[in-house]
Amino acid sequence: MLLEFKDLRVTYRGSRGRLPAVRGVDLAVDAGETLGIAGESGCGKSTLAMAVLRLLPKSAEVSGEILLDGEDLLQMGWGRLRAVRWTGASIVFQGAMHSLNAVQRIGRQIAEPILVHEAKTTPAAAARRAEALLERVGLPASRARSYPHELSGGQRQRVMIAMALACDPDLVIADEATTALDVMVQAQVLQLIAELVTERGVGLMMISHDLSVLSAVCDRAAVMYAGRIVEQGPAGEVFANARHPYSAALSAAFPVIGDPAARMSPGGLAGDPPDPVRLPEGCSFRPRCAVAVERCGAESPELLAVPVRGSAGVADAARVSACFVAQEGMPVVL
Amino acid sequence: MTATNALSPRALRRARRRQSLSRSWAAYRSQKTGMWGLVLLGAIVVLAIATPVLIDASALSVTQATGGRMAPPSAEYPLGTDETGRSVLALTLWGSRLSLVIGLTATVVAIVIGTAVGVTSGHIGGWYGWIALRLSDWFMVLPSLVVAIALLAVLGRSMATTITVIALVSWPGTTRLVRAQTLTVQSRPYLERAKALGAGHWHQMTKHILPNVLPLVLASATLLVPSAILMESSLAWLGLGDPGVVSWGSILNRASENGAVSAHAWWYLLPPGLAILLVVLAFMLCGRALEAVFNPRLRGES
Amino acid sequence: MTDAPPPADGASTEAPSAGRAQSRRSPRDVNEHGERRVSSGFGRYLLKHAGGAAVSLLLVLFSSFFIFRLIAGDPIDQLTKERPVSPEQRAAMRAELGLDQPLWQQFWDYIAGTLTMDLGESFQYRRPIFDLIVERLPATLLLSGTGMVLAVVLGFWIGTRSGWKQGSRFDRGHVATGLVLYSAPTFWLGMIVILVFARYLGLFPVNGMRSPSTPPDFWSQAVDIGYHLVLPVLTYTAVVYAGYLMIMRSSILDEIGSDYLTTARAKGLRDDEVRQKHAVPNALLPTVTLVFLALGSVVNGSIVTETVFSWPGLGTLFVNSIFYPDRPVLQALFVLFSSSTILAVLCAEILYWFIDPRIRRS
Ligand SMILES: Nc1ncnc2c1ncn2[C@@H]1O[C@H](COP(=O)(O)OP(=O)(O)O)[C@@H](O)[C@H]1O
Ligand code: SF4
Ligand SMILES: [Mg+2]
Repeated sequence: MLLEFKDLRVTYRGSRGRLPAVRGVDLAVDAGETLGIAGESGCGKSTLAMAVLRLLPKSAEVSGEILLDGEDLLQMGWGRLRAVRWTGASIVFQGAMHSLNAVQRIGRQIAEPILVHEAKTTPAAAARRAEALLERVGLPASRARSYPHELSGGQRQRVMIAMALACDPDLVIADEATTALDVMVQAQVLQLIAELVTERGVGLMMISHDLSVLSAVCDRAAVMYAGRIVEQGPAGEVFANARHPYSAALSAAFPVIGDPAARMSPGGLAGDPPDPVRLPEGCSFRPRCAVAVERCGAESPELLAVPVRGSAGVADAARVSACFVAQEGMPVVL
Repeated sequence: MTATNALSPRALRRARRRQSLSRSWAAYRSQKTGMWGLVLLGAIVVLAIATPVLIDASALSVTQATGGRMAPPSAEYPLGTDETGRSVLALTLWGSRLSLVIGLTATVVAIVIGTAVGVTSGHIGGWYGWIALRLSDWFMVLPSLVVAIALLAVLGRSMATTITVIALVSWPGTTRLVRAQTLTVQSRPYLERAKALGAGHWHQMTKHILPNVLPLVLASATLLVPSAILMESSLAWLGLGDPGVVSWGSILNRASENGAVSAHAWWYLLPPGLAILLVVLAFMLCGRALEAVFNPRLRGES
Repeated sequence: MTDAPPPADGASTEAPSAGRAQSRRSPRDVNEHGERRVSSGFGRYLLKHAGGAAVSLLLVLFSSFFIFRLIAGDPIDQLTKERPVSPEQRAAMRAELGLDQPLWQQFWDYIAGTLTMDLGESFQYRRPIFDLIVERLPATLLLSGTGMVLAVVLGFWIGTRSGWKQGSRFDRGHVATGLVLYSAPTFWLGMIVILVFARYLGLFPVNGMRSPSTPPDFWSQAVDIGYHLVLPVLTYTAVVYAGYLMIMRSSILDEIGSDYLTTARAKGLRDDEVRQKHAVPNALLPTVTLVFLALGSVVNGSIVTETVFSWPGLGTLFVNSIFYPDRPVLQALFVLFSSSTILAVLCAEILYWFIDPRIRRS
């Protein structure tokens, strides 16, 4: 396993008390595999992503294990952690405008991690590699001398991708990497990510609120709700044939990749995600669930293998869902 | 129905204002340094007010002075004496009144001018607004101590001129602040509504704009007072103060004119200077805390 | 600081962040003809601000004329002091000073004189004011230039570290020290410094810029001046640095929590590298113009310090002229001091064009 979360829990301490943002996540990404993580804003996706490189603020309490190539990141000393950052795993952040340093040339920002991690590389060599990376992501090498504000949103996101690949990491985490982009640009950038992932054989953990985007790029998809994984399976199947009412609603909300109309007025799901500080009893999705049964209010469902509809009750180990109804093999949409 | 309608909005507004006041106070109270500043300031003001009760004004008279010439601290003169034998303690306590009065008055004048120009220039705009803005910009750029010295040099030395001059160099900051705030308030829908309902300029400015800019003005005024006090003390120390009154700056002016430094008369130098430092510090602490109340980013939440 | 909180309206979309709004707009910000638009924009920008500065300077000239000629009373009275003078002498003096001319002619002569560096003659020294200024300017520049550089470096250095570790012991200690020094009146601090370091400890000279006994060769003179410089610079820096500390501190606080710092951390940079290579350059941006503004006060900001230490610069000249009273000198220095800040502001505005790209678009 390249990356493995074992019972990861992240709790923010704040003025409103303790806010559990991630509540026991078990998840794994194989080398070269692409895993998508979907879920509404606030369900803990970014927290999960930031936990990998221990980039969470001091106010976050983290427990559990995060194994990168078998090594627990949460137990690493600072020196080892810095060495693993960007070489073991790198991140394409959401909002490239703010994630790039506004007063530094792009070439320098791409070359920076190379110089940090490879003591032998000269600045000139690093600059050449930065230019090569820019060309690989579809930008002219001359762009290395530009400042971030001189680029368009899509170009900036390409720069972020080039930067993420600078140290040949085993894993790339892309957090809402295309959310801010126009539909056309979004499709191009997605295409680029998919290409690079297969070309370089890196593992990808792609985060988006848009399940259709994930289904287009990823092998596997995990759906997150209120800090937990509620469903996991092959991406296309999770999208087309959800085994959790929440995934079903997400799929319905984004029928077409990056459809802006759907983004503005998602169909299929009423109500708000629960306040992490005051989670409901039982299944945390129950207040919004149309197919809830009595048991849902009392017990919290585990993430278990579920029978695929139409397969006569045979559980498929590749499909897990945290829903009592799905575990019974019943339909999750009315 | 008309009676309740006429009364309730006002009562409502008052209640809302009281509520926001208590919220601001809670935010202020949560800042330790601001509370220290407030306590310090309270103590200084109480002392300044109580001075006439504690020490008779005759202690300031050169002819009735009984102590030795620049005598070090003794039981009779806890902070020693000046070159004419007056008690430095008495001088410092009496000086507090003048320094505070000049600092506060100058600030009030500056704030009144600044607010009036700011609100009117922001509200009326046009040529008048443009000229007012340019003028305050111009004043803002001029080096204030230079202007103050030049004006005092030609206007003559008196308390009134000191106050005028300090106010004259202090108003533009308030004007800019108030003008900016006025423009923000003006773009809010309720003012549009008031305008549509036929509210006059005067009504709009006093009933809608002013109440909204005043909290900000208060916070900035708290930071203007210390600079006014420092300015007064510098001018008085340079010998440009009212010759007839005792302020901390004028005490120090006499001290240096009469060679207190070469006489090693630390008791003559320390008290008035420390007094200035403490008052200025107290106002700064309060002002910073108030600023933080209105600008939560500074409140130290990370 | 963190993500935007989940939207309250229940829409299952990512809350629109500022980042999205900006990226949405940005393709249109970049245009192929950017370069041409920039240069013509600069011309207009420069013209506008240079014009503003010129008007401000004229206003200074006008107001100095107004203040010193019209309010200040009859210069002949000032010039003759108590000496009895006959009406003929008076008339002769008036003619010599050009006071018999009509007012507009006097004003015109004054403007023309100032612009051609003919600033008149000092009542007190009986010498051209221009020579006096040239003679004393170096002393002022030495004192406040040194003090300003020290204050900026010290203030920014401490401010950066203070802000970076907000609430730490370092932060609280330095903010407290800075505030106390900021609250101290300059002249008083100077007197205390003299009392302690010159009078009690005898480490440094009490005042002045050089000792008469020093040999005239360059190095002896330089060492002597440096020796005299220590206490005034110490005083000046102590009072001024806290302002820079606070500015830099709050500028750093603005940057903390920014996403690009998280990126830098994720790349594996050490905490101090993140601060120095990323946070500081961004935090410096809004302060650069402030430093440029301070250039004005290199000429006029050390009046009080010079007076305390009897430093033979423009500040002491100004203060001594008050009591003589040496009106032409006061007037000339008033104009010089005021125009130095006006020109500094102009420089800061021009600089701003080059360092802040946002201004170019508006
Ligand atoms: N630094 C933080 N301090 C306190 N709460 C936070 C912080 N960052 C995120 N949260 C909260 O944690 C929850 C999960 O946030 P996040 O991981 O950003 O979700 P997502 O990326 O899925 O939108 C949200 O309720 C959010 O308000
Ligand atoms: S467990 Fe119950 S409430 Fe939760 S999703 Fe399934 S049916 Fe709905
Ligand atoms: Mg997020």
